[in-house]
Amino acid sequence: MNIGSEISEGLRISWEALRGNLMRSVLTTVGIVIGIVTVTLMATALEYLNTAFRDAISFLGTDVLYVDRNEWFIDNNNKFDRMQRREKITMAQVRAVEEGLSGVSGVAPSVMQGVEGLRYGDRSTGGVLMIGTNEQFIITGGASLASGRFMTKAEAAANRDLCIIGADIADKLFEKEEPLGKRITVADQRLEVIGIFEKRGSVLGGMSLDNQIVIPIQKMNRGFKWDPSCVIQIKVGDTARIPAVRDELRGLMRKIRRLPPGREDDFAINQSEALVSQFGKVSAIIAAAGFFITGLSLFVGGIGIMNIMFVSVAERTQEIGVRKAIGARNRTVLLQFLIEAAAICLLGGIIAIGITRGLVEVARVYLPKVAMSWSVVVLALTVAVGTGLISGFLPAWRAARMRPVDALRKD
Amino acid sequence: MSLIRLDSICRRYEMGGETVHALRGVSISIERGEYVAIMGPSGSGKSTLMNIIGCLDTPSSGSYELNGNTVADMDDNDLADIRNREIGFVFQTFNLLSRSTALRNVELPLIYAGVDIDERREIALAALADVGLADRVEHRPNEMSGGQRQRVAVARALVNKPSLLLADEPTGNLDSKTGEEILALFKALHAKGNTLIVVTHEEEVARHARRIIRIRDGLVASDEVVT
Ligand SMILES: Nc1ncnc2c1ncn2[C@@H]1O[C@H](COP(=O)(O)OP(=O)(O)OP(=O)(O)O)[C@@H](O)[C@H]1O
Ligand SMILES: [Mg+2]
Repeated sequence: MNIGSEISEGLRISWEALRGNLMRSVLTTVGIVIGIVTVTLMATALEYLNTAFRDAISFLGTDVLYVDRNEWFIDNNNKFDRMQRREKITMAQVRAVEEGLSGVSGVAPSVMQGVEGLRYGDRSTGGVLMIGTNEQFIITGGASLASGRFMTKAEAAANRDLCIIGADIADKLFEKEEPLGKRITVADQRLEVIGIFEKRGSVLGGMSLDNQIVIPIQKMNRGFKWDPSCVIQIKVGDTARIPAVRDELRGLMRKIRRLPPGREDDFAINQSEALVSQFGKVSAIIAAAGFFITGLSLFVGGIGIMNIMFVSVAERTQEIGVRKAIGARNRTVLLQFLIEAAAICLLGGIIAIGITRGLVEVARVYLPKVAMSWSVVVLALTVAVGTGLISGFLPAWRAARMRPVDALRKD
Repeated sequence: MSLIRLDSICRRYEMGGETVHALRGVSISIERGEYVAIMGPSGSGKSTLMNIIGCLDTPSSGSYELNGNTVADMDDNDLADIRNREIGFVFQTFNLLSRSTALRNVELPLIYAGVDIDERREIALAALADVGLADRVEHRPNEMSGGQRQRVAVARALVNKPSLLLADEPTGNLDSKTGEEILALFKALHAKGNTLIVVTHEEEVARHARRIIRIRDGLVASDEVVT
């Protein structure tokens, strides 16, 4: 008997057995269903988090380096205190970097400040992030314009009274009016709107990228009398060159900030990869915890399957005897019960996928981008069948090893 | 060469420290084409002997040659193949698969023999027709009479054209009329050259055979040809 017909025969027998005990089979699968629902929900959630996170941080650009006084991730308080005492990154230093660094797509200084009270006529809006920068920001910042234009080099250098606003600000302050050419008021300063950014959404459902206003950096320092440490954004342009540029940048910064050899850096070169790897750690912890729970429920489900398979083998001892008496080999009997266990679990897996689909549909009301992918379906069915094969093995082995006389005598 | 050669077959059962001697040294030879009845009182060891001959059980000691092959030398797979190809078994309680139709039941040995689907259907239908059940192929066991079930069992036993048909009290669960039908079937099979061994404790049934072996307390008490 070849393996193909053994499997089709096994499927047929398990179909008959399943149909014969439909209620019992369905009840048996409850544990497996719970386990598989957990697996699929976990996998779907992780997949969603991953893409959502990558979408979210795409505004940082994968090939953009951020030279900053602080590191993005600070693992202890001491370090935080030390970093707060570091010297500011000044505009003079920014210029030195611009001059010293060759072969990159763009270098832009940036300072940020939250502002309340943006006004146009009798309308106003608040909670806005104001970014002071220069003409290079359109290259490094990853935003594009919906209308109007960005500031020119000359305008940035001359520190003109102009601004480029995010889509939300345009909507709130202007409604149906054309914003381009109008002057808005921010803390006594009047700025002409020369461009409007394309809508970008928000970062992980939090900070809106459309509630930003960009102005010449010197305007921020002088006009608003506010002079924080700069962040220098450097768009490398070619992902392969990132490490080389990083090294060059580090040497340059050390020279600019006159660090003697042996002294540690008093600045940081950040990159979105750092966020990705940090997020990777978090999602690994979530995955580990999730799969532990999943494993536990599958284990319980598997015990249930093993139990019901032992019952099934005991009930059908006579049948096993008959099959052996007319020529079934041990392997054939083993396979028959393995397939039966796998089929029960497959049934559970299919039910579970149905349930998960329903749950995902519900979740979609709140998170429109959630979707169950085919790879998750395949994973779920594989795990289900695997659980069936593992938990069915002992009962199937017992059935296979029965001596024909002993099996036949039992009634 | 004899089809069956049993030499000093013993079968012991250990029962909670006590040893039951079901067979105590049985030596028999049976030739191809014989029709043998095995008789004896209840508990004398008839079924034990049949199970050993049918390769469902193995002796505690003694040697058994089937078709010139020593059964003790065979592994589980060889024995399964022997049961599949060389031996057809008919039980007192029919032992059909209750969820399957007559046709499926009869097809089963062919499936295990690896016969492909079209061919085995044809062979199984012919075997059912041979036992007079051409119009019952799609019936399940619980939709048939005892006599019909036993005929399905006979069709299943014969479908792989075995060298040997073994029947342990085949008429035990049948009334005398349907019992006669089965015996008529056996007679026809014998006439066609099949080898048959039938266990019974009814003289009626035994008289159909050509040779009667009587067992008592696990030993052959007599072995005579019916005249
Ligand atoms: N599995 C077993 N375990 C222990 N003892 C057994 C077993 N099978 C049979 N015996 C014993 O072996 C002896 C022979 O049993 P066997 O079934 O061969 O008798 P039998 O001649 O077929 O009887 P019957 O006519 O009642 O069917 C009996 O004493 C029985 O109790
Ligand atoms: Mg008996």
